[in-house]
Amino acid sequence: MAVDPLIELHDVNKYYGDLHVLKDINLTVGRGEVVVVIGPSGSGKSTLCRTVNRLETIQSGTIRLDGQPLPEEGKALAGLRAEVGMVFQAFNLFAHKTVLQNVSLAQMKVRSRKRPEADRRSRELLERVGLAEHADKLPAQLSGGQQQRVAIARALAMDPKALLFDEPTSALDPEMITEVLEVMQQLAREGMTMVVVTHEMGFARSAANRVVFMDGGRIVEDRTPEDFFSNPESDRAKDFLSKILKH
Amino acid sequence: MNVLTDNFSTYGKGFLGTVELTVYASLLALALGFLMASFRVAPVASLRFFGTAWVTVLRNTPLTLLFFAVLLGLPRFGLVLPFQLFAVLALGCYTSAFICEALRSGINTVPRGQGEAARSLGMTFGQTLSAVVLPQAFRSVIAPVGSTLIALAKNSAIAGAFSVTELLGTYRTLSELGYNIIWTFVWIALGYLIITLTISALFHLMEKRWGVAR
Repeated sequence: MAVDPLIELHDVNKYYGDLHVLKDINLTVGRGEVVVVIGPSGSGKSTLCRTVNRLETIQSGTIRLDGQPLPEEGKALAGLRAEVGMVFQAFNLFAHKTVLQNVSLAQMKVRSRKRPEADRRSRELLERVGLAEHADKLPAQLSGGQQQRVAIARALAMDPKALLFDEPTSALDPEMITEVLEVMQQLAREGMTMVVVTHEMGFARSAANRVVFMDGGRIVEDRTPEDFFSNPESDRAKDFLSKILKH
Repeated sequence: MNVLTDNFSTYGKGFLGTVELTVYASLLALALGFLMASFRVAPVASLRFFGTAWVTVLRNTPLTLLFFAVLLGLPRFGLVLPFQLFAVLALGCYTSAFICEALRSGINTVPRGQGEAARSLGMTFGQTLSAVVLPQAFRSVIAPVGSTLIALAKNSAIAGAFSVTELLGTYRTLSELGYNIIWTFVWIALGYLIITLTISALFHLMEKRWGVAR
C-alpha cells in the first residue's frame, strides 16, 4: 500500500434519498500514485470521484486530504478545493471567457496572482497541452479534445496536489481521445497524483499504478493493472472485462 | 391643444418627478434584487429563507397597500422621511422582488457544470457567482429586467396619490383650472411613453451588445 497517503477515504457512505450509492468505501491514494476507477454505469465511480473535493456531500465516514479532514463549507472548503484539480466529462470551460481567461481566472481570484503573472503561467500551461495558439479563442470555437486539454491546463494552473478526472474522454470522438490521454500520460509520468474515472482500459493498463473496480456502490477489487486485467478475482469483474475487452 | 403650452412647467415638474422616482427606485430595485437573488441561491439556509420570504411578501402585496404601509406605517415607528423617499423605498422594494426572480431564472439557465468548475478551482460562492454565473445569467435576463423596469415607471403613478410630485398627478391641477380632460391625459400618456420607450431602447441596445455574444 501507499507509503505516503495523500487522499484517504474511510468508511464513506453516501445516499441519494433511499438509494445507497457509496457503500463503506475505503480507499487510499498515495502521493504520486495514479489510481484508475472503472466499473459499469451507476456503480458509483463518478460519485466517488466527486466526493473527494466535496462536490458531493457524504452521509458518513471521513475523507482526508494530506492528513486534513475535508472542511464542511465556506472558505476552508474553497481552500481545499484549490489543492485538488478536477477535470469534468463535459469540460465545463467558462463559456463567456477566452481560453487564456479560463486558465487565468482562478489563479487571480484564488491564488491572488496579478494578471501578467497569471497569464504568463497560463500561456506556459497552454503551450504544454499544445494549445498556445488558441489562447484568445472562446471555448465554443475549439474541438472537444482541445477544450478538455484547456480544462486540464486550467486545473494545473492552481498547482494542485492531486487531479481528479471524471470520465474525461467520454464525451469525445475517438480521434480526440488520444490527444487528451497523451496529456494525461505525460502528467502521470511527471508524478502527478491522479484519480481517473474512465472507460479507457488502454490508459488503465499503461498509466495506472492501481485499478479500482466498483460495482453497486462498493469497491470490488483494488489491484495492480496487470493483476486485474490478466487475473480478475471477482465474477463481477470477470463478467465486466469479458464484455468490454471482446471488441 | 394649448393645455401643454400653457402648463409646460407643471407638466415638466410632473415629468421630472416621475423620472426621478423611476431612476432612484430602479437603482434600488436592481441592487436589492441582485442581493436577494444571491441570497436565494446561497449555500446558507437562513439566507435562502430570507430571500424567499422577501420575494413572497413583496410580490404578493398590492403596491397601493405597500405604499400605505410605508408612508403611513413607518412614521408610526418614528421613521419620518420625505414622501418622495418613502415612495422610492416602496417602489424599489416592491420591484426588487420581480428583479430577483428574473435574475434567479437567469441563473438557472447557466449550466450547473459552470458553477461546479469554478468551485472545483477553489473559488468561493461569491466569486463563483460574480465572475462565472452572473455574467452568463445577465445575458438572458436583459429582456425581462427591462419589462420589470417599464412596469416600475408606470407603477410610480401611485405615488401621486400620496402627494408626491409626479406626472399623473398633474391632471388634478389642470382639471381644477378647467382644461379639457382628454387633452390633459393625452399629454400625460405621451410623457409616460417617452420614459418607457427610453427604457426599452436602452435595454434593446444592451441586448444587442451583450445578448448574443456567446
